[in-house]
Amino acid sequence: MTLTFVLLTLAKILGFILVFCVILAAILTWVERKMSSIIQDRIGPNRAEILGFRAFGLFHPIADMIKSFTKEEFVPAGASKTLFFLAPAFALVPTLCAFAVVPFGPGDLVISNLDSGMLFVFAIMGFGIYGVTLGGWASASNFAMLGALRGAAQMVSYEVSMGLNVVGIFAVFGSVSLTAIVGAQGHLLWGWLPMWGIVVQPLGFVLFLVAAMAENKRAPFDLPEGESEIIGYFVEYSAMGFATFMLSEFLEVIVIACIAATLFFGGWQIPWLDPTGTAGGWITVAQVAFFAFKVLFLCWFQMLIRWTVPRFRYDQVMSLGWKVLLPLSLANILATAVVLALVV
Amino acid sequence: MIEKPIDIAPVPEGAPTEYSTINMGPSHPAMHGTVRIRLTLDGEVVKDADIEIGFLHRGFEKMCEAGTWNQVVPYTDRLNYVSPLINNVGYVGAVEKLLGIEVPLRCQYIRVFCSEIARIADHLTAVGAQALEIGAYTPFLWAMQAREELYFLMEFITGARVTTCYTRVGGLRWDLPEGWQDKYLAAEKVVEARVVDMEALLTRNRIFIDRMADVGVIGPQDAVAYGFTGPCLRATGVDYDVRKNLPYLVYDRLDFDVPIGTKGDNLDRYLVRMEEIRQSIRICRQILTDIPEGPVNVDDWRVVLPPKEQVYNTIEGMIAHFELIMKGTPVPKGEAYFAVEGGNGEVGFYVVSDGSGFPYRVHCRPPCFAIMQGLKDMIVGGMLADVIPTFDGINMIGGEIDR
Repeated sequence: MTLTFVLLTLAKILGFILVFCVILAAILTWVERKMSSIIQDRIGPNRAEILGFRAFGLFHPIADMIKSFTKEEFVPAGASKTLFFLAPAFALVPTLCAFAVVPFGPGDLVISNLDSGMLFVFAIMGFGIYGVTLGGWASASNFAMLGALRGAAQMVSYEVSMGLNVVGIFAVFGSVSLTAIVGAQGHLLWGWLPMWGIVVQPLGFVLFLVAAMAENKRAPFDLPEGESEIIGYFVEYSAMGFATFMLSEFLEVIVIACIAATLFFGGWQIPWLDPTGTAGGWITVAQVAFFAFKVLFLCWFQMLIRWTVPRFRYDQVMSLGWKVLLPLSLANILATAVVLALVV
Repeated sequence: MIEKPIDIAPVPEGAPTEYSTINMGPSHPAMHGTVRIRLTLDGEVVKDADIEIGFLHRGFEKMCEAGTWNQVVPYTDRLNYVSPLINNVGYVGAVEKLLGIEVPLRCQYIRVFCSEIARIADHLTAVGAQALEIGAYTPFLWAMQAREELYFLMEFITGARVTTCYTRVGGLRWDLPEGWQDKYLAAEKVVEARVVDMEALLTRNRIFIDRMADVGVIGPQDAVAYGFTGPCLRATGVDYDVRKNLPYLVYDRLDFDVPIGTKGDNLDRYLVRMEEIRQSIRICRQILTDIPEGPVNVDDWRVVLPPKEQVYNTIEGMIAHFELIMKGTPVPKGEAYFAVEGGNGEVGFYVVSDGSGFPYRVHCRPPCFAIMQGLKDMIVGGMLADVIPTFDGINMIGGEIDR
């Protein structure tokens, strides 16, 4: 391991995770508020200003940050202090780790080109449950505990169907490495149709998005939060602890957008342009930008869903996960296998 | 107690289990700070509910005895504070019944008009909040936007958005201001558009229907036994509306339908309210064309204040004004009950007079007090997540239930 490699990796971590993803998560809080306000015919945030500039409320994430850092960190009586402080970290760190295997550009533009790729993502995202359950349990509050239990049950259930959904992708592209999957999506079907995941696995994409949003606890699957009934597993958190939970939620939105873009929208691939990713120069820049665009589009889509539909109930989420998504995922795998056996 | 098929794995024989108790409210975002529900839960299933009201008790009925008959009107604003105009109309109706007077026709039309715009505001709040509690934030804010237009209209008519205090014994504070028709039509346009939008987002939404249908069910017998009225009763299939069954003011001259439900669940309550908004708009449209010209107050200085030029320039006017302000309207000895159809159901006022200008006793029959009795039956056996939508479906208003 040379010094150059270490420095390069650090630069990629800094550039992709800390600058792109974390800042994007902060901006997504603004996007969510502004978008909901447009949908709901409101003005939305527009008060935070720097030197008289308001920039359509774009400074609100900064104001939120300052507020979160300076507010009192309240620990409820009876809470398990160590776990109470550790839980937000348990929620945040796995989410950040998941970005490591996402190829955000051609060639070396990936932090770690693991062969296990997608499996690593599943493994590391599974850790996210700890943040939720520990946070809810350590708060010593019945409401938080209910939220934690809902969250744990939901995440475990949907991980199954989420994992099975992408088996079709693995079968079609013959790899679990995200870099290899993106490379394979550069091929053309019948000489003109880009062989993106969404083209060869349309049902898989829909199921994946549903399962991923449920896994991420976003509306309409936000019952661990359930703001009007149990307020959520982070009900006792204030200041930075709460902000960390929120940040990890928005980061998960980005993770899902990244994974979905990689698996189903060809990652950094621009259709009919340099499928091997060896051109370099401005084409590489364009490919990275196109990946960012896909991620932004999928983030926007997830938010659009959130502000349109109501929330499921606990038993409905469970029956959707086990009785609808799981059989459909299995059917999808079967159909993929049959088609592959016949065609290839 | 409702038997509902809910898929929960049975607890193995001999496993140690214990119900958990959670304390919902009064400091809970959905409880308005005015109700507490102590829930006994088996996992997420509600096993028992203990509902406690009284957090907003202000002694309304006792306060009423301290003022003259007219001085009670502002207090009635604070009963159901989402539709205060209906309370105003109901209270003065009871006093006028005791007085044995009938207000001029124009006044009756205006009172009906005010009741109907208040009813629309009330129903918009109820359906919006119901959607909000199951996570549909957007329709809620659309409903609030439409309600805001109605509040602007109320402010234009009465001078206040919520504390309207518009009616007086024997008439109104003042006639409708110039240009009220245009203001109404502008508000109606927004309301109609928003109702269409809300229906588009909710009525045929699979998640919404799954969350609302067969939840918070109460049968017609139970509903009648508990004393349900209003949309909650009509949702169970009982065709009872004070406006139709005991017509007051000019409701018998107006053409409107009373929607009824079939199952008495949350979805029926939502659908009934949505249809009633449309029917109320229909009534308002008829009033727009039918309303006659003429005075709004009865021509009796013992009941209604004389015009100011009479007070300042004639001895009779001066004396009448003094008598009315200092001693109040002399209401003959006796008692009367008068009910109007409020946003949540039958708002009744029972007034007793000892012959003086001050009420001996004023009692309000709030609709949601009776409906709250049924809440336990509606939520026990269901899921925790259904408690709040059901609670919002009955549209309990703290000011009305605690008085």
